[in-house]
Amino acid sequence: MCLGVPGKVLQIEAGDIGMPMGKVSFGGITKEVCLAYVPDVQIGEYVLVHVGFAISKIDEEEAAQVFEMLRQMDELAELEIPQPE
Amino acid sequence: MRFIDEYRSEADAQKFVQAIQRLVTRPWTIMEICGGQTHTLIKSGIDQLLPEAVTLVHGPGCPVCVTPLELIDKAIAIARRPEVIFTSFGDMLRVPGSETDLLSVKAQGGDVRMLYSPLDAVKLAQKHPDRQVVFFAVGFETTAPANAMAVWQAGQLGLENFSILCSHVLVPPAMEAILSSPLNRVQGFLAAGHVCTVMGYWEYEPVVANYRAPIVITGFEPLDLLQGIYMTLKALEEGRADLENQYSRAVCREGNQPAQQLLAQVFEVCDRQWRGIGMIPRSGYRLQPQFARFDAEQRFAVADITAEESTICVAGKIMQGLKKPCDCAAFGTLCTPEHPVGAPMVSSEGACAAYYQYGRAVQVEEGTR
Ligand code: SF4
Repeated sequence: MCLGVPGKVLQIEAGDIGMPMGKVSFGGITKEVCLAYVPDVQIGEYVLVHVGFAISKIDEEEAAQVFEMLRQMDELAELEIPQPE
Repeated sequence: MRFIDEYRSEADAQKFVQAIQRLVTRPWTIMEICGGQTHTLIKSGIDQLLPEAVTLVHGPGCPVCVTPLELIDKAIAIARRPEVIFTSFGDMLRVPGSETDLLSVKAQGGDVRMLYSPLDAVKLAQKHPDRQVVFFAVGFETTAPANAMAVWQAGQLGLENFSILCSHVLVPPAMEAILSSPLNRVQGFLAAGHVCTVMGYWEYEPVVANYRAPIVITGFEPLDLLQGIYMTLKALEEGRADLENQYSRAVCREGNQPAQQLLAQVFEVCDRQWRGIGMIPRSGYRLQPQFARFDAEQRFAVADITAEESTICVAGKIMQGLKKPCDCAAFGTLCTPEHPVGAPMVSSEGACAAYYQYGRAVQVEEGTR
């Protein structure tokens, strides 16, 4: 149930009772999403959506850290190869 | 699609698997809290790629699984009322109550509807002023802000025909309950990334300090999980009890402030019963007194319904990391997705459903044939 799906914000508008709503695209499928919990989100940014609510923005720089760790592990693995005597 | 596919690369997954193999020198038991993570681990076969010394046990992070039986019976009693439109996330509809489930109530003519978002329940209440719309508000911290917003919105709109049947649960007290049990065998945790998008991870600092167990906030894709497992094992091997954040693209220490503010306005922390596990102090949310008029338990006077649990189902032990689904005598025989005995066999986040769906049943079944 704690499923969160990343999507791209296409449009931001004021919904009923002034709540910020937006259109978010999930690889082509577009859904109406409540943006009240990401008040500073901009069009074009990615958000994580759970049961119709954006619960956080996705930080593009941090998104690369998995690959950074993999790269470092590669380098370390190379260093571990014993040198010929 | 961005932020999904790149975290599913098999070549990169292999690199983590190899790094884990190089790292591990001793047996370790780690628990992923979230049932969504359990499903990804089993579906992608990560559990089978890890060295034998590493045991993954599956935590209580399945809201459907921990919702008390008597609350499901209450939901059924409410859903049977002719004036009620009973709404819920899909997973709750098939969970067996003492005698029946919500889907059967629907088949017998009850107005039971599956919704994507709690805001849709508020819309239904606006559209049908002559009916009572009830939303089954289950979930962890991830879902609580959505349900809080639905209640807040109903308040703003002055709706008198909207209420929630509330069974909100909180992760940190459950982790402490597991760690403080004399039977505990969990040595490190993958904490549920989406819970932490809302609450941040400062709440886990005392848990790490008090129990000396490393915790890594972890995302949901295969590479996220492998990295989370790698980081947890590295901390264990090095004798560190650290709190680390693998899921930094979506989680910061403080969490989502606007969401936490509305949570504090609408809900208050209370003791909660966890199905199969028992009462955990200060482990849930109930409505604040100023929103008590939206409490379905009070509106429909079902507070005195009680229920008896099945004696064969060991779901509670599974969710505390003490047993695995195939250790249950009913697994795959008496209990299947078509005829579930316990909730973890029907929920899309239940460990028993994952084991059954992805063939972890096979050995047991063949052995008994
Ligand atoms: S297999 Fe069925 S009866 Fe056994 S623990 Fe899982 S849900 Fe309960």
